[in-house]
Formats: sequence, structure tokens, C-alpha cells
Amino acid sequence: MIRARVLCQQAGRQAGGVILALLAASGLLLLAGASPVEVFRQIGLGAFGSVTRLADVLVVWGPLALVTAGLLVTFAAGLWNIGIEGQIVMGAIGVTGSLRLLQDAPLPAWAVLSVALAAGMMAGAAWAMLSGLLKTVGGVNEIFGGLGLNFIASALILWLIFGPWKRPGIGSMSGTEPFPDSLWLPALAGTRLSFWSVALGLAAVGAVALLLSRTVLGLRLKAVGRNFRAAYLLGVPAWRHLLLAFGLCGALAGVAGFVQVTAVYHRLIPSISSGYGFLGLMVALIIRCRAAWVAPVAVFFAAITIGGIQLPIALQLDSSLSGVLQGLLVLGVLFSDGLRHRAAARP
Amino acid sequence: MDITLQDIRKTFGRVIACDRVTLAVPGGTIQGLLGENGAGKSTLMKILSGFLRPDSGEIRLDGTPVIFRHPADAVRTGVGMLHQDPLDYPTLTVLENFMSGRPERFFPSRSAATRRLRELAGTFGFAIDPRACLDTLTVGERQQLEILRLLSLDVRVLILDEPTTGISAAQKAQLFETLRRLAVEGRTVLFVSHKLEEVESLCHRVAVLRSGALAGAQVPPYTTAELVALMFGRPIVFPQREPAAPGRPVLELRALSAMDDRLRLAPLDFDLRAGEVVGLAGLTGSGQRLLLRTCAGLVRPVAGTVRVNGRDLTGQVYPSCRRHGVVFVPTARLEEGLIGDMNLSEHLLLVQPPRRLFIDRPRALEAAEERIRDFAIRGSPDSLMRELSGGNQQRALLSLLAPPLALILIEEPTRGLDLESAAAVWTRLRAHCRAGAAILFLSSDLDEIRAHSDRIVVFFCGRSSPPLDPSRTDREELGRLIGGKGWDREAAG
Repeated sequence: MIRARVLCQQAGRQAGGVILALLAASGLLLLAGASPVEVFRQIGLGAFGSVTRLADVLVVWGPLALVTAGLLVTFAAGLWNIGIEGQIVMGAIGVTGSLRLLQDAPLPAWAVLSVALAAGMMAGAAWAMLSGLLKTVGGVNEIFGGLGLNFIASALILWLIFGPWKRPGIGSMSGTEPFPDSLWLPALAGTRLSFWSVALGLAAVGAVALLLSRTVLGLRLKAVGRNFRAAYLLGVPAWRHLLLAFGLCGALAGVAGFVQVTAVYHRLIPSISSGYGFLGLMVALIIRCRAAWVAPVAVFFAAITIGGIQLPIALQLDSSLSGVLQGLLVLGVLFSDGLRHRAAARP
Repeated sequence: MDITLQDIRKTFGRVIACDRVTLAVPGGTIQGLLGENGAGKSTLMKILSGFLRPDSGEIRLDGTPVIFRHPADAVRTGVGMLHQDPLDYPTLTVLENFMSGRPERFFPSRSAATRRLRELAGTFGFAIDPRACLDTLTVGERQQLEILRLLSLDVRVLILDEPTTGISAAQKAQLFETLRRLAVEGRTVLFVSHKLEEVESLCHRVAVLRSGALAGAQVPPYTTAELVALMFGRPIVFPQREPAAPGRPVLELRALSAMDDRLRLAPLDFDLRAGEVVGLAGLTGSGQRLLLRTCAGLVRPVAGTVRVNGRDLTGQVYPSCRRHGVVFVPTARLEEGLIGDMNLSEHLLLVQPPRRLFIDRPRALEAAEERIRDFAIRGSPDSLMRELSGGNQQRALLSLLAPPLALILIEEPTRGLDLESAAAVWTRLRAHCRAGAAILFLSSDLDEIRAHSDRIVVFFCGRSSPPLDPSRTDREELGRLIGGKGWDREAAG
């Protein structure tokens, strides 16, 4: 009961920011000559108008929830893991590589997929810990390290798709040769949605929520994030915890890469991350590290992404509008948070 | 300038920081403001200097009511404040700091400002190089610069909040001389402190604050006992130094040397025995801090060895020193010592080796309750550290030190604490000594060093004196050594 009330209070406080964002978006739409009400209605219809659409929203939700759950760990440790995009990409590369190795081996599909999942997690974690090592050993801020590693990861995926892993004949932006159906995560009939994608997302969110609220490790990660120096002097192995936070986040990004390869695209494509890394950063910013909010806010963002797809057909508006809307939401919520903090701090 | 504060009231949430304080200070006076930590001295002065706005009440300058919306308002009207921690720009030069905060043309004249700075510095006998970078100055010199800056802005009321923390004895004498001179010129000085002897030697009159309200006032001749009674409303028990029974050596330093970007520690041989307290004296940045941090494994020595309980810990990092019973307690409590956004029970969980996966909340709360009782911390298990007063933060920090400890390295154990909190801190540290720990501490407060050390080591420019016996070393001799005099004789002896 008390928990529910706290959640309601938090929602109430964020409502101001959401309204602010919607007002700003409406202003923009009016400038563009479109009716805001109609646009919001179309987005709603596009996201929830049919079972297929709803399934598409959940297709986005799975990897987005995975990525956001991972980012909560790095945020708790005070880290801006901008390299998350590259970690999804490396996870997907790890998955694809292991599937390519094992797809002709005499093994049951579940065994091959399990190995691929483990490989994806390890690849994502390793790429994230590279950011961590750059920071702990070389003093490279994780934002710059992450940006650099993102570029390297996207160069690597392009080279693989157009080089060693290219389709028989000619490499193309459409990606590698699709895997056999047996290595696809099973989808619900008539949709692209896999039960496993949602289950993995829910499990990750639950595990991270438990980690951060109930465990000694979570407390130590938060201590390192809030005051690195004091945590170190109080006897917490602070550097190791930074690396661990990177590793956990990268592993979850690797799982997102696994879902993208085995449940959504069934092959490796250049834009395998679909920008979910940055979208996850936005979700994590908006919910300010409160794990209970990952699931609903990720649904909201996934709905805007999917709902925006039909804007060009219905209203002759560009579908990049959904990105604008998501950005405005983040800015609105952060801005109203900032205003409230200033008001509270004023003497 | 005459100052009248009339019925000033200020609350922060449910805490009443100032409760209808009325105080009148005539021009040309040095007014002392005494009170323990959290008595409301700083709040009152921040209101007078425009940093805070009162909930109610009135400020009158020469009889005219004024309302400051901003500290700059106050400076324009002639009220300037020196804060406890200098509010300056360490990365800029002295001259640039001097020029900050003044209304200037778009292209300010550096040469005119330089002339003005030299002229003012000359008047008061301060040796300040305008071209130096601010972060090469001592706290005392930064304070001198800030006084000159405020004077150049023509302030007629100067407020100083705990100005003697972290400055040397010589700088203190110079500061007091300056303040007396400013008062003779007709300026009003408000001197905030919790150190009785300073207020007694400097101030023309003293007001005492307790729990946000004016507890009383005195004019010379002061009676210390009455002032203490006014400040605390209760008698204080001071911990007595117990002569240490020399135990086995805990810390053995052999030809130890270390470096930071400013200083090189001259090779040092030194033994510290169980149950012993050794105080390190010296001007800020003379090497005592570097030595503590080297012993803690926070700075890597460039030569020599560090042994703790016979084990060679040379070059080991802090976590491994900590495993061998060495703890380091830093000066900057909220920056380095504690996590401001976490509470005491969470801190207790952090310092324990993690034995289980999940947090046992009831047990953590119970443990925190116990520490709060034992250490007389004013707070609850879930009060955040940044909400506690300085004295309670220091008690909380000490409550995290779990025996058995071999060596406690502590910087400024009672900096910024009132008498009662300071007494409590030393009572606790003594208890660790009785349990077999040795303590190495540094302090800029000579009286603290003399009162609590079994032996004293003085530092000057990276050199260290042989250990001195506090009962056979008077204040003056210590002061001379700290100021760099008599070192050749010491070295010979």
C-alpha cells in the first residue's frame, strides 16, 4: 500500500514535466501545420490500435527494458555509460559469431541458442569493461571512452557484414545471410513478438531492482556512485565495483543484442542496435534510477517509437517526429525536476 | 557603521536556526560572536551579508533599514563577509581574484588593479605576489587577499566566520593586528568563533548564541567560566591525557620519503608504539599530511619502508593497509569521509566485510541505534549524513571505526567542532588507544596537539623534527619550529 502511494506521488510529480513536453510538442506541430490532437491520436492508434501493433510495441520493449535495466546499474555507480550502443552491437556480433560457428553442428537448437546468449553477454560485458579499464587505468572519462568504442563497434559490424560474413555473392546493407528457422526464438502466432524477449526484459528489470534495493552489493555500487573517494576510504573496493557495474550493464546490453539477432532480425544487420542504447539512456534519465518505473516508461517510449511509424502515411508527417517527442519528454521532465530542486533549495 | 539586527528569525524546514535575535553593534567595534556548532552564528552572519534572507526581522545600517537580495547588494552597501571556507577561484591568479566582483569596464585595467593591490598589501604588511597562482597560496594568504579585496570595494563592515581555522600562529597574530587597525579606522568587525581565547584576546564585546537564540553578552574583563556556561548551558568534561605505557612498536618508518607536486618529504625514521598518540604540527603543506597519506597507502613512497606490526606494507594500497588494521580518517568529512546522501545504518553496512548477499535491515537499524547511543550522535539511523552537524558527522565517522585497529591516521580530528564534540572525539580516540591502537594525527590547532600528544613531531618544508616531549616543550618553542626557526640546532641535536 505504502509503496503504491509512493509510486503515485512520484507519478504526480512527473506529470508536470510530461504536460510541459506535450505543450512544447503541440507548439511545434502547430508550426508544422498539423493538428496536435490528431497526431497524438494517430500515435496512440499506431501503438495500441491492433494486436499486431501492440505486439510490435513489445518487440521494442524487450531490448529497451534490458538496456535500461543495465543502465540503472551504471547510473547507480555514478557512470555515464554512453558506450551502451557499442555494447549492444558487440553483443550481437558475439551472438552471430557463435551461431555461425555452431549452426551446422549436431547440437539441439536450445543448446546453440544458450551458447549464443552466453557469448553475447560476454562480448557486451567485455566491451563495457574496456570503457571501465580506460577509465580506471588510463583516466579516460567513460563518456569519451564510450563514444570512441561506439565508433569502433559500428566500424567493426560494417566490416563483418561487408567482409568476412557477407552474403554469398555480394555484401549489402540488408545484413548477413538469415539463420535457419530452427535458431529463431519462437514468435507468437501471426506476430514478430517472442515470449522470450519480454521474459528476458522482465527478468532483467526484476533482478536489477532487487540488486539495487536489497543487496549489499547494490548498496556498495550506490556508495561508489555517490562519493567514490569516501567509499574507497570506508573500505569499499571502489575501482573493482566500477568495473563490475560496467560488466553487468554490458552483459545486459549483450542480451539485448541476442534478442535483436535471434528474435527480431534473425541475422546481423548494420543497425542492429536500433538506437535502443540511446533510447535507454533517455528512459533511465527520466526515471532517475527508480527501477520500478523501467517497465511502464519503457512501454511508453516503445509505443511512441512504433506509433510514429504510421505518421507519414496518415498525416504526411515525418516519422522522426517520434524522436522529437521522446526528446521533449526527457527535457520536460528533467527541466521540471530542476525547477523543483531550485525551488526547494531557495532560502 | 552602526549595525542593528532586530528580531531576526530564520528557519530551515523544522529547524530554527535563528530565533528572534536582536543585536546592536556600534561602528568601530570588534564584536565577537561565540557559540557551539549549530548555534546559528554562521546563519546570522550570512543573513547580514545577503547570502540568506531572513524569514522575518530587520537589518538597519546607521539606522536605515536595508534589504539585501544578493551578496553583491550587501557589498555595495558596505558589508563584506569572509567565509569559513574561502570562496575564491583557485585556478586564477592572485590579481584576477582581487579584481573579481568589482564593477568594471569591459576591459578592466590590470595595471591599476595591481597598483591598488600592492598599495593595500603594503599598508597591512602582507607579502602577496599579484602574479602568483592562487592555489600556491596558504589558507592564511588567501584570507589576507580576500580582506584586501573587500577593503578595495570599500566595505565598512567586515564579517569573519571562523577565520583562524587552518592558518598559522604568525598569520593569526597578523590577522588580529589588521582587525584592530580596521576598528581604529572606524570600521565594524564581526568575529565569529567557537574558540574562547581568541574572542577574549581580540574582541571589544562578545555576544553568545545558543540554539539559535541570544544567550547573553559580555564586555571585558571576560570570565571564561561564564562564557562557557552561556555557550553550552552545561559543564563540559575534558578528557585527560593518560601517559602511554610504551608498548610494542606498531608503526616503524625507516628512511621513508614521499613526494607530491609541491613537496618532498626528507627521509624519516620513526617508531610509534601501541597505545601512543603522536601529534604532527606544522603549517599547512609542510609535509605532515603527506606523511599521513603515505602511511595510509594513499601516496606511494619514493624511498624507505613502512612496517605495521612487523609486516612490510611499503607501497601497498589503502585497501590492503586497511586489512592490516590501518585506518585513515580524512579532514574533509563530507568530501572524503562520508557519503552525504546515505545514512548511518548504510554506512555501517559499507564498512563491514560483506558476509551475506542480502541486506538485513532490522539488524542494520539495530546496529545504527546502538552506535547512536554509544557515541551520543544527534540523529536517527536514517538521517542522511549531510543533514547532521559537523560534530555529529565526526562522531558518526568515529563510530565506523571497528576494533581491533592497529593504527589510526587522522587529520584534524576536531576541526570546526565545539568544545563538547571535541571532548567526545578525544574520549573515543583514547578508548582505541587503551585497546592497543596507536594514533598519528595532524592538527593546525597547537593547543590540541599539546593537549593530546604523547610526543610531537614538527614539520617544516618537508623536514621533520625529532619527537618532542610536550611537557618539556612550550608553545613558543613549537611556534618557532613551525615557523622555520631553530632547525639547524634541532638537526645538530
